[in-house]
Amino acid sequence: MDRTILHCDMNNFYASVECMLNPQLRGKPVAVGGDVENRHGIILAKNYEAKKYGVQTAEALWQAKQKCPNLIIVPPHYEEYLKYSRLAHSIYAEYTDLIEPYGMDEVWMDITGSTKLFGDGEKVANELRRRMKFELGLTISVGVSFCKVFAKLGSDMKKPDAVTIIPQDSFREVIWDLPASDMLGVGRSTEKMLASYGIHTIGQLANAYPDMLERKLGKNGMMLLAFANGLDRSRVAPQDYEPPMKSIGHGITTMQDLENNAEVWNVMLSLTQDIGHKLRVYNKNAGGVAIYIRYIVDKQLAGKQWQCQLPLRTHSAAIIAKEAFRLFERSYNWEYPIRSVTVRAINLCSQDLPEQLQFFSDAATVERKERLESVVEELRSRFGKYVIQPACLCQNIKMPTDREIELRMPTGMIT
Amino acid sequence: MEQQYHKVFVEVTVKVSPEGEKRPQSIKFEDGITYNIDRLKQRTRAAATKVGGTGIRYTVVINGTETYLFEDDDRWFVEAKGNVRC
Repeated sequence: MDRTILHCDMNNFYASVECMLNPQLRGKPVAVGGDVENRHGIILAKNYEAKKYGVQTAEALWQAKQKCPNLIIVPPHYEEYLKYSRLAHSIYAEYTDLIEPYGMDEVWMDITGSTKLFGDGEKVANELRRRMKFELGLTISVGVSFCKVFAKLGSDMKKPDAVTIIPQDSFREVIWDLPASDMLGVGRSTEKMLASYGIHTIGQLANAYPDMLERKLGKNGMMLLAFANGLDRSRVAPQDYEPPMKSIGHGITTMQDLENNAEVWNVMLSLTQDIGHKLRVYNKNAGGVAIYIRYIVDKQLAGKQWQCQLPLRTHSAAIIAKEAFRLFERSYNWEYPIRSVTVRAINLCSQDLPEQLQFFSDAATVERKERLESVVEELRSRFGKYVIQPACLCQNIKMPTDREIELRMPTGMIT
Repeated sequence: MEQQYHKVFVEVTVKVSPEGEKRPQSIKFEDGITYNIDRLKQRTRAAATKVGGTGIRYTVVINGTETYLFEDDDRWFVEAKGNVRC
């Protein structure tokens, strides 16, 4: 059966919410900027007036100010964005229970089962657009198609406050001339690789040799080929769907650059305190650890990541920190000072899962550390997070203060 | 010249029915004067386009004049004429 999939994208979400909340900002170039003191001084979002001056997301605030001296930069208000995201979701939920968020401001909706009740995709899309404007004062772009990938492509084609339909019988004429990079799944490096083989448009990708795509891009190559030919059959997740947890990570941009191993150790130990806590909350053990280090090269942010397996699965923050640091020591050559550090516990599995012991790994030590951290956890739950912590974290470790709100990250696609 | 508006949070007397339906009865404006609501015409979620924000919008009649009263997160506000008062 043909499906009716909608992709709704709230236009310039952060900036639109700011302009909606403060009418005096309307019609002026406005950008939402990160905190300069915490070294998040980049453009997080901008409105269309700012875009006209060439202001780009993720560029430094001073660069944006150079392009547009009248630019009004406002700090982010995440609690407001979450509130308006929730309100938008409650409107979507009136049409279907198959709503899959993709970040805070985008959702896919499968309304195949409710078209008899509410009308076809185009009618529902226009109604959503009108309701968003009237009820929340925000605009959305909606893509209507028969699969998720084309619905997303559609919502990017016309902005703001617009509906784009990509029908099943004529999608080739509508989208095959578009750049391949417009399609979900084609990032910067894939785009570069495809270009080196003369593949610049979605149509060229659709007609590329499968062998070549598989050889160059592996499974992803075959997936992109299917997407370009309209063969994406991935489902829209139900509203209450919780994607299986693949990793638990924590990252931070430090207040000043880190310049030696000792400073990196402090940051990693601090980050893993939260990771250890979350592993306990979700009853998970980590089977490996991954680190992501970012630094500045020629005024551009660059980064590298590495990962390794743990000898024994654990939820101990101390062991994860040690392994992360060992991995860092043997991988990073200190060519540049470090700007941000992320540690992730990967290969997660339930703590209840039995594990084969080995001759050369010290299971008793791991168990002892986990027992010790249980006591620490108990103290923290009773008296607060900072009642007890490693002594080296009591000094200035160049880390910013806690961020109050945790944001739910985009879900992956389910198949 | 375009009319300026600002958001004024107000004290509201509300009657709540056993079904949980709210009906505002009167509002106490920032000048301290209490105005009785003669009639409630409509209740809908809507954006407060003049002052920003959103909420449940009550279209009410006060002294023969139709106006909007918004409820957002258990706070009530109106779109008052004039510049922002500091």
